[in-house]
Amino acid sequence: MLRVEGLNCFYGNVQVLRDFALELKGGEVLCLLGRNGAGKTTLLKAIMGLVRARSGRLTLDDAELSALPAHAVPRQGIGYCPQGRRLFSELTVEENLQIGLMARDRGAATLERVLILFPVLRERMRQRAGTLSGGEQQMLATARALCLEPKALLLDEPTEGLMPSAITTILNTVRRLKAEGVATILVEQRVEAALTVADRILFIENGRSCESVAPDVLRDDPRLLHHYVGVGVKRERLGVQRS
Amino acid sequence: MSLGPHLLLALMEGTVAAFVLALTALGLTLVFGVMRIVNVAHGEFFMLGAVFAWAFAHLVGNPALGFLVAVIASPIVVGGAALVIDRAILRRFNYQPEATIVATIGLLYIIQQLVLIFYGPDARSVEAPINFRVQLPWFGYSGYKLVVAGIAALLLLATWYGIAKTKLGLVMRATQFDSETAQAFGIPVDRVYAAVFALGAMLAAIAGVLIVPIKQAYYLMGLDPLLLSFIVVIIGGLGSLRGAIIAAFVIGISDGVISVFFSPNLSKILATLLVALVLIFRPEGLFGGKAR
Ligand SMILES: Nc1ncnc2c1ncn2[C@@H]1O[C@H](COP(=O)(O)OP(=O)(O)OP(=O)(O)O)[C@@H](O)[C@H]1O
Ligand SMILES: [Mg+2]
Repeated sequence: MLRVEGLNCFYGNVQVLRDFALELKGGEVLCLLGRNGAGKTTLLKAIMGLVRARSGRLTLDDAELSALPAHAVPRQGIGYCPQGRRLFSELTVEENLQIGLMARDRGAATLERVLILFPVLRERMRQRAGTLSGGEQQMLATARALCLEPKALLLDEPTEGLMPSAITTILNTVRRLKAEGVATILVEQRVEAALTVADRILFIENGRSCESVAPDVLRDDPRLLHHYVGVGVKRERLGVQRS
Repeated sequence: MSLGPHLLLALMEGTVAAFVLALTALGLTLVFGVMRIVNVAHGEFFMLGAVFAWAFAHLVGNPALGFLVAVIASPIVVGGAALVIDRAILRRFNYQPEATIVATIGLLYIIQQLVLIFYGPDARSVEAPINFRVQLPWFGYSGYKLVVAGIAALLLLATWYGIAKTKLGLVMRATQFDSETAQAFGIPVDRVYAAVFALGAMLAAIAGVLIVPIKQAYYLMGLDPLLLSFIVVIIGGLGSLRGAIIAAFVIGISDGVISVFFSPNLSKILATLLVALVLIFRPEGLFGGKAR
């Protein structure tokens, strides 16, 4: 179980996260929604230890993440797929995956399992990551995070700039991992897509964790979305996605 | 001696110098590439390598054995010093580019003065471990210089192999391209930085060891290789390993030839001019990738 309590984070003197709290069980998908600049990316970075928490607690199962140096956090079993993918673009696909595997000393068997999820990568192992198409890059970024065999997975806008079929691949992967018991935090701008995989929606506003609701509640009452994200999502579109 | 053999001699001298320069410059470009640090004290690691080589050779007595000890122990001592410097200075400045330039300038003087105090102002020579001469039809050539080129070539190859083909090298390259994401995948970036800084220092130190039997150990001997390394690294493209090695050979060999046929000053003038031209027309260096 991943738990965040009373998290306060700053960039210099500017406070970005305020008393942030969330709880996430294994096999649960939490979708984080909020406006641009609300602090979603910062929250994920704080969990990874890349932005240090000034106060608050971060725990994964029994491990106190906030006490660890950044490089020790992923070794506890957290896979991170950063916003904008952040591949090692000069390195090959294989080397990118290798770095994921090395984080928790995983080997060929893990790689094989990951490649079954993303078969396109198999044919491109020797290609430089920077020369992959946008969709392939996103798959590689997700695959790299899965190479840790994570207990918790943090996905920061994984469908950014993808066409519908690629989005489906990513979301199906999230569903499959959910079935395997992986806890996932999904940051997503495409509300409709998010609602199809999420167990819960957590709104973030100005760095504060606000309401946490079930997807059904949003479908019936889009006012929440309007308030926190500033978009009106049509009921019809939500209906289509549900079927 | 007629023109042909004269040219051959100049080329050979230039090539040996180029190998030593390539080692030194490789260390500088590696540190810059991975850590984004301009190490102004890099030449002092070269000088320390040479001074410790003298000390070890002096302690051991036997030239061949002394050299063997020096070539192994001297880089280790210098690498250890680099680790201390990384911990005590660079990490405290959080590896900020500007702060570390100033810090390494200070370091340059501190190391020089320490050597001046403990080693003195004299230039001291170390006997070459071997003294056979390779007899060509026109002139004899120092066998030791060929050994220098050989060892340097081996080390360049080993460094390339380590960076391109091993897990450690992969970790280094990942850190170079995106240190934050590297951390998110369990790479202890500060340990990688410490290792790279030590490796860079050791490469310079070995170059220093190799050069002592040819040039003597002297507390100001680090300035020349520092200048040449910067020239090479800028021409080759900051942070580019391949670029640094190619540029080291262009600069080293042309320096050898121009120095023999014209004057060493002309050679330095031309090299500096080339740097200026590169900076104006291709600031990323002749072989460097575009800035990331
Ligand atoms: N490195 C930084 N230094 C200073 N301020 C930063 C830094 N990174 C982010 N911020 C600021 O922190 C706030 C939260 O940024 P964050 O990236 O977490 O937002 P976000 O919710 O992920 O937004 P988006 O939906 O646009 O990705 C923003 O106001 C941003 O300008
Ligand atoms: Mg973001």
